[in-house]
Amino acid sequence: MDELKREIILENFQNPYNKEEVKSEDYKLVNTRNPNCIDNIDLYIKIEDNIIKDIKFNGEACAISTSSTSIMIKNLIGKSIEDAKRYIQNFYNMCDELEYDEDLLNEGIAFQDIYKQSNRKNCALLPYRGILKALEDYEN
Amino acid sequence: MYREDFPMLKQDIIYLDNGATSLKPQCVIDKMVDYYENYSANAHRGDYDISFKVDLEYENTRELVRDFINAKRKEEIVFTSGATDSINLIVNGFFANLLERGDEIILTKTEHASNIMPWFRVAGNTGAIIKYIPLDENSFVTLDNLKSVVTPNTKVISIAHITNVVGDVRPIKEIIKFAHENNIFVVVDGAQSVPHMSIDVTDLDIDFLFFSAHKMLGPTGVGILYAKYELMNNIEPINLGGGMNESFDSTEKMILKEIPTRLEAGTPNIAGVIGFSEAIKYLQKVGMDNIEKREKELRNYLIEKLLTIPHIDILNLESDSGIVAFNVEGIFSEDVSYYLNKYNVCVRAGNHCAKLTKDVFGIANSLRVSLYFYNTESEIDSLVELLKNKDKIMKEML
Repeated sequence: MDELKREIILENFQNPYNKEEVKSEDYKLVNTRNPNCIDNIDLYIKIEDNIIKDIKFNGEACAISTSSTSIMIKNLIGKSIEDAKRYIQNFYNMCDELEYDEDLLNEGIAFQDIYKQSNRKNCALLPYRGILKALEDYEN
Repeated sequence: MYREDFPMLKQDIIYLDNGATSLKPQCVIDKMVDYYENYSANAHRGDYDISFKVDLEYENTRELVRDFINAKRKEEIVFTSGATDSINLIVNGFFANLLERGDEIILTKTEHASNIMPWFRVAGNTGAIIKYIPLDENSFVTLDNLKSVVTPNTKVISIAHITNVVGDVRPIKEIIKFAHENNIFVVVDGAQSVPHMSIDVTDLDIDFLFFSAHKMLGPTGVGILYAKYELMNNIEPINLGGGMNESFDSTEKMILKEIPTRLEAGTPNIAGVIGFSEAIKYLQKVGMDNIEKREKELRNYLIEKLLTIPHIDILNLESDSGIVAFNVEGIFSEDVSYYLNKYNVCVRAGNHCAKLTKDVFGIANSLRVSLYFYNTESEIDSLVELLKNKDKIMKEML
């Protein structure tokens, strides 16, 4: 992994964005975990009028999962559900070695090479699986 | 010492996850290949020579196991698919028929999932109550703490002899003596102890003992259930079918065979059981007391080295088995194991199937090194060298 990507991941692991427990009822709680490892993250999501107003998270997870969650949150706050889904799909495409738009990813580009380590791909995708479930629940 | 007997050790790996499974010596592998190549017939037939040989070899393993744990009779040894299968048979075939509403089952919070989940279900089905022995400041079990939870309703105590994360050796002899004075059954999980020390079920007066072959140089897919003869005779078979029945007819009458065959329905893991015989002989050749002594030396050596690294927190400093649990300060255990893997060092990260342990340690996840007699000081040196530099771990864990 090149130095810049490593730095982005480490920075987000050591100083994760919006990592705090939330008690407010304005937030919906979604738990996301990897059954085969020990990553376990709670996402707290506040959506109003189809706009993601805020996301916070808490839990125990490895450096990849933690930084991926931090980066995802930075990128999704303020987005409409539709735009959020576009960001998420683009990130999935990158991890699945499909065509994707680098310019949409911002810091998410740090996981560009994660597909080479199949066991860690699940770590990077962990928060995305959680947020997709939350968005689905919101829409239903 | 002995390393040349293990084909896996010819690879460039440092294997420190023996609590999960042990490596296999060539003689175990050869024994299984010999079965498949030269007398690959089913058991319990004996109609022709090669089948007769299968029965001899299979029953010979049972005798070796009997001798290994000093059971009184061969009928006290039943082969299962693993330690998990054994405890499920004990719980569902014996205790499910015995327990009544309000009866108490005593466990600890540092048990492996296999010694907790079957009890959860039987408690749910019978109305029995699960209680946990309070652990001391080192997460150990003491007789006094056990006494504090025992009541006249206590029917069974089910605990590991050595736990798989804390690695403490429980005082099972005292516990069993106290339990029997109070008419309580004791089930002992020997998965982490039988491979590492001499166990005498007669001297310890154990009611039920279960363990796995694969953690003691044997093949996967073989477990052992020991029960005292009268108790074994009262375990109801969970599996009915071939090999375990004497006769049945259209009036739905079934006559079952005697123990232990009654509890081994279906074609058993013949190659595995036969291969296991070589594992036992190998362990006996090395000597269980020597194994225990050697692992203590290795553990002390590892602990001494780890203590010199300021960013390492050892979670079970006071334990005295070959299991050492620790964390690197500020780094998630799985990230450290990924890093070590880059140097072909195999250690376990996570909660080690003991998910209630977090209530005890206050820490859910850790790294676990579990040693066996074939590990060396030089392997420990390599591990310690890799753990010394925290910046290097941070840099290379991604």
